[in-house]
Amino acid sequence: MANRSGPQRPNGTAQAKICQFKLVLLGESAVGKSSLVLRFVKGQFHEFQESTIGAAFLTQTVCVDDTTVKFEIWDTAGQERYHSLAPMYYRGAQAAIVVYDVTNQDTFGRAKTWVKELQRQASPNIVIALAGNKADLANKRSVELEEAQAYAEENGLLFMETSAKTAKNVNEIFLAIAKKLPKSDQNAGNASGQGRRLVESESTAKPASACCSK
Amino acid sequence: MDEEYDAIVLGTGLKECILSGMLSVSGKKVLHIDRNQYYGGDCASITPLEELFARYKSPPPGEQYGRGRDWNVDLIPKFLMANGLLVKLLIHTGVTRYLEFKSVEGSYVYKGGKISKVPVDQKEALASDLMGMFEKRRFRNFLVFVQDVKEDDPRTWKDLDPTNTTTQQLYTKFGLDKNTQDFTGHALALYRDDDYLNEPAMTTIKRIKLYSDSLARYGKSPYLYPMYGLGELPQGFARLSAIYGGTYMLDKPVDEIVLENGRVVGIRSGNEVAKCKQVYCDPSYVPDRVKKVGQVIRCICLMDHPIPNTKDALSTQIIIPQKQVNRRSDIYVSQVSYTHQVAAKGWFIAMVSTTVETSNPEEEIKPGLDLLGPITNKFVTVSDYFEPTDLGGESGIFISESYDATTHFETTCLDVLNIFKRGTGEEFDFSKVKHELGDEEQ
Repeated sequence: MANRSGPQRPNGTAQAKICQFKLVLLGESAVGKSSLVLRFVKGQFHEFQESTIGAAFLTQTVCVDDTTVKFEIWDTAGQERYHSLAPMYYRGAQAAIVVYDVTNQDTFGRAKTWVKELQRQASPNIVIALAGNKADLANKRSVELEEAQAYAEENGLLFMETSAKTAKNVNEIFLAIAKKLPKSDQNAGNASGQGRRLVESESTAKPASACCSK
Repeated sequence: MDEEYDAIVLGTGLKECILSGMLSVSGKKVLHIDRNQYYGGDCASITPLEELFARYKSPPPGEQYGRGRDWNVDLIPKFLMANGLLVKLLIHTGVTRYLEFKSVEGSYVYKGGKISKVPVDQKEALASDLMGMFEKRRFRNFLVFVQDVKEDDPRTWKDLDPTNTTTQQLYTKFGLDKNTQDFTGHALALYRDDDYLNEPAMTTIKRIKLYSDSLARYGKSPYLYPMYGLGELPQGFARLSAIYGGTYMLDKPVDEIVLENGRVVGIRSGNEVAKCKQVYCDPSYVPDRVKKVGQVIRCICLMDHPIPNTKDALSTQIIIPQKQVNRRSDIYVSQVSYTHQVAAKGWFIAMVSTTVETSNPEEEIKPGLDLLGPITNKFVTVSDYFEPTDLGGESGIFISESYDATTHFETTCLDVLNIFKRGTGEEFDFSKVKHELGDEEQ
C-alpha cells in the first residue's frame, strides 16, 4: 500500500509517477460488485457470476495526466452477507465503491448504510463513489436517477449509474475516483501502516531490502 | 444457515481461523461462527480504548490517552518468529498480502536484576556483558558448533551424536556455566522451564537455529509484529477462508452441539440448525470436553515511555529465565508502541506474562513489572489453560488448546497442524493453495 515512485519500478515508464491505492467494494449481495471489478480488470462479464470465490484481490491501473494510478481492489469475499466484514477490510482503504442495484430499492437503502459505515470506520479522507449498477435494466428500475444523485451530492460522493454487462460507465467511475484521489507523496502514503510485507525468500539469510519499501 | 456443511468452525481465534482457511482451501464447505460481534476471540486486539477499559470495568480513559480509535490492544502477547511456522503459513496461503509487519527492535534477557541484549552471533557473544572472558570463548565455540550441525549429516556432528545426547551433556561438553546455560535455553532456544535439559540435544540445536535463522532474515531481532495488532492475523485467515467459499457469521449464539449416537451432526442457534460432519472449536464452546491443566497470568500495561535500559526501543522482548527469580517457568515481557498503530501517538503497551505457579499470581509477575518504569494503567487477567479430553475420533469434534504463555506462535501452529491432521486424516497440503488468487505481482 505504500506509495512508490516510478524509478523504483523496473518496468515503469521512465519518469511517470505511480501511486498505489487500496479500493474496497461494498454493497448488498448480488448487486454486481464482483462483476464490476471483472469488467474493469479483465473486460469480461458472466451472466451467471457465482458468489465471489477465489478471486478477491485484483489490481488494475489507470492513467491520470502524468500519473499512473494503481488500484489494489478488495472484494468482500461474501463476508458482507451476515454483517461479518472484518475491520481489516476497511483499514487503510483510500477509496471505496458502494454498489446498489437500480432495480432493487432495498439495495439502495443498504448502500446508504454502507456509506455511514465507511464514514464511521474508514479513514476520514476516503474517496467514496456510489454506483447504481445494472443500468442496462433501466426499464425495471425502482431507484430513480435523481434520487440517488441528490443523495450522493448531499454526502459528497461521486456518483454514476453503471452496467457491468454493457460496460457502461465502468472505466469511467474508476477514472473519476483516480482523478479525485490525492496524488502527492504525503497524502498517498498516509493510509499505509508503514510496515513491510513478508515475501518468500530463496535463502533464509535474505536482507530486509527484499521487501516492499518502508 | 439451514444448510449442510462439511465442517462448522466455532470461535474466530487465530487457531480456528487458520483451520477454517485450511479446510476451505482443501475444498471443504465451511460455516464459521462466533458468538462475539468481533473477530479474534481471545486473540482479538481490542479497539477502541474505551472498550478495553470497559472490559476491565475501569472508568473510561481520560484525555491524555488520545483518540480511543487509535488503540488496538492485544489480549494475548506474542511475536512471530521470522523464520517460524506462522510466517510459512502466511506466505504459502497468500494471507501475508493482507498484512504489514515490523521487526521487533530488541531481544533482552534478565540476569541478576538487570537486562542484557541476547547475544546470538560470535561478535555479539564477545561483546556481551553476560559472560566473563573465558566463558565468552566457550560460548563462541558452542555457537559455531550449533551453526554447523546439519540434522541429516552425521559428519557435521563432530564427535557427539546430538540425537543420543541430552542437552545437559551438550552444555557440559562445551563447558558452559549455569548462567550461560540459562540464557541459551531460555532466551535462544525459548524453553519455558528446565525440563529440556534431559531432552535430546538435537531438539535444542534446532531451536537455537530457528532463533538465529529468524534473526538472519530481518536483522535486529528474530521477531516480527503485525501493524494494527495481533488481531489482524485471525482476520487475514478468515478472509482466506471466505475467498475459498467459507461462510461467516459473527454475533451468532451457539446454543447446542447436536449429537447422534455420540457423533456430531450439527449445531443449533435458536431455532436454526446447521448440519455438519465435523465441528472445530476453541475450549469455550465445549466446556464439558476439556480439562483445566493450569493458568496463565497476563498483565497489560499502558505507558507513556519505552522500557528503560532498552535504548528506547519501540518494540522489545525481555525473557526472565525461571532460575533467575527462583521459579519453575519463565516470565515474559513484551512491548510494542504507537509505531505499530496499536496505541495513540507517544504511547507504549507492555505485557508481562507467565504460567501461574502460586495462589498469588500478581506477585509472581512483579520482577517483570519492576523492569517497566512508571506504569500509567494496568489490566490483569488470569486465564485457565484448557486441553481437550476428547480428541475427536469418535465425536467428530476437534478442539484446540488454550493459548499458552510462550512468546511466539510455534506451539499455536503445531496445535493447528495437529488438529488438521486429526480431523482430515492427512497433513495440510500447501500445494492446494492457488498462488494465483489475483494478478498481484511481487
